[in-house]
Amino acid sequence: MNSNNKNNFNITFYLLIVPVLIWLIFMIVIPHVELLISSFQIEDDMGERVFSFGNYIEFFSQKIYWLTFVKTAAYSIAVTILAFIIAFPIAFYLTKVTSKKNAGFLMLLLLIPLWVGELVTVYGWMVLLGDHGVINHFLITIGIINEPINMLYNNFSMVVGLLYMSMLFMVIPVMSTLQSMDDSLIEAACDLGASKWDIFTKIIIPYSMPGITSGAIIVFMLVIGDYLAPNLLGGKHSLWFTEQIYNDFLSTFNWNEGAAFGFLLLMLSSGIIWLALKLSGQKLEKVGS
Amino acid sequence: MDNILEIKNLSKHFDDFTAVKNVDFSVEEGGFFSILGSSGCGKTTLLRIIAGFQQESEGDVIIRGQSMKGIPPEKRPVNIVFQNLALFPMMNVRENVAFGLKRQKLNRAVINSKVNEMLERVGLHGYENKKVTDLSGGQRQRVAIARSLVMNPSILLLDEPLGALDRKLREHMKVELKLLQKEIGTTFVYITHDQSEALVMSDKVAVMHDGQFEQIDTPRNLYKNPRTSFVAGFVGDTNRFELLSTEGNSMMTKGGWKMPQADLNNKTPNIKELYIRPEALILNPANNLNGLNDIEQLQFEVTIKTILFDGSNTKLSTMVNGSSEELLISLPQNAQFDGIEEGNQLKVGIHRNDLKCF
Repeated sequence: MNSNNKNNFNITFYLLIVPVLIWLIFMIVIPHVELLISSFQIEDDMGERVFSFGNYIEFFSQKIYWLTFVKTAAYSIAVTILAFIIAFPIAFYLTKVTSKKNAGFLMLLLLIPLWVGELVTVYGWMVLLGDHGVINHFLITIGIINEPINMLYNNFSMVVGLLYMSMLFMVIPVMSTLQSMDDSLIEAACDLGASKWDIFTKIIIPYSMPGITSGAIIVFMLVIGDYLAPNLLGGKHSLWFTEQIYNDFLSTFNWNEGAAFGFLLLMLSSGIIWLALKLSGQKLEKVGS
Repeated sequence: MDNILEIKNLSKHFDDFTAVKNVDFSVEEGGFFSILGSSGCGKTTLLRIIAGFQQESEGDVIIRGQSMKGIPPEKRPVNIVFQNLALFPMMNVRENVAFGLKRQKLNRAVINSKVNEMLERVGLHGYENKKVTDLSGGQRQRVAIARSLVMNPSILLLDEPLGALDRKLREHMKVELKLLQKEIGTTFVYITHDQSEALVMSDKVAVMHDGQFEQIDTPRNLYKNPRTSFVAGFVGDTNRFELLSTEGNSMMTKGGWKMPQADLNNKTPNIKELYIRPEALILNPANNLNGLNDIEQLQFEVTIKTILFDGSNTKLSTMVNGSSEELLISLPQNAQFDGIEEGNQLKVGIHRNDLKCF
């Protein structure tokens, strides 16, 4: 009886685990191993692939590469922080202030950009921010400015685009932790003499920390690995590290260097997330749940 | 003793209904005052008004002679223990208890000594660094009480804090709370729907119904001398009969049970209801109960329908002979009534004082 049960359990277990394993091995492990191997190869004069650290040496010896690398990291962190600053009040308003009915409707509005896809929203921002775009046209019409302000193809427009496409992924996890927070916690803090600022920093933020952390990880990963917004909204002046990788693969056909850069980006994002988790005292298991 | 809390003619209206209607009472310094009522009677609203989380529509809350009008909750000399305790889950026991003191910007050594003293007092010494999520129900309870008491409030408000505990623990915490209150001497205002909690712990109990106070009295008086029919029906177990006629010296219930007029002084001419407590009935009484004369007592016969065994709380479900009225009678679990069986006839007596008419 007992062993029979165990057998049944084993069969179901394998049936469930096999698709996951196939996906993991073929879609994640093998491509990454392949990338890792090719990142340590260069083509010699005969066109043969030989083992070398050349791709990585190239990265560190060319200023433009690691400058872009550092800039990408810094801007990704900045965008993540900005996303939190913008998303937290929204999440708080939707869960604790407005009525349930309103919250549903407003949530729907928030989701709309997600339906049309990143490319369309990026073009939307180009229409808004361009020299002859909606905002400049409006400002000139009402006479505040005479010359259009240059808002497109710089770091500003890039950050706006990145924020817009990633913000929702901060709102949702923060909302879900705030939803589970009992309002009486706020009242209890108030009753114990806490000021509004104390309540915010000592109760609400620590309580929603798991949501904030998971939101921050998602936003950071999306932003650091994004290509469309930096490319279309950032233009030539704001190089993003993904653009370097793109160039290697599709412009200069240097797949080995592209692979090395891809790996460096992976190391960078994992390293920053690890550091952030350490600094904020959060655990990945808890954040995931 | 002085009144520490005075509620003056307090009302609270919401859009379409009135939660609290003209409530007027005062609580003595160091007292244990309970507000007893079923859910939705307005007792939580009343407590929240005292704490300052809701604004009264009319009337005033006066604490130590000072009106609380316009004073926010964080500035009032009261603290509240919430129904769900509202412990801060991201903090450990010590941080929870120290939270309020830290807001007062006290010296760290002072905070530590106060917290330690309070934890000692509620029996949580050694649990300082435990997470509150790892504690048992009773321990969480004590953390919540310690967190409020450490603020040294004039009045501690408790909003059904024992509601979430299982029965055994609740019985235990009842006694513990009562003792704690006696020991520290802080005034407690306790709201509950559980009459046993109110009766056991309180010095004074207010029975609240439909936003109004029906009666404010000592637990014993509330039970012995209910002033309204609601209190008679709500506090303790009782048999309720509707009266058809109360002519002259006799009265009759709807089910045809005739008895002499219970209200000896005939204070209320139009009495409609009769309440008899199951435990007020005396089985197999002597012909003269404690030497009472015939006018002061009532004796009749019943037939036992079923025995509702429930340990010390066992009751007999009976029919009053010559009528269609059902009557619950407490059955003492002693050897005298061991032989009792369904279908038996029993003689029952009662003091006329124990017939409560409204």
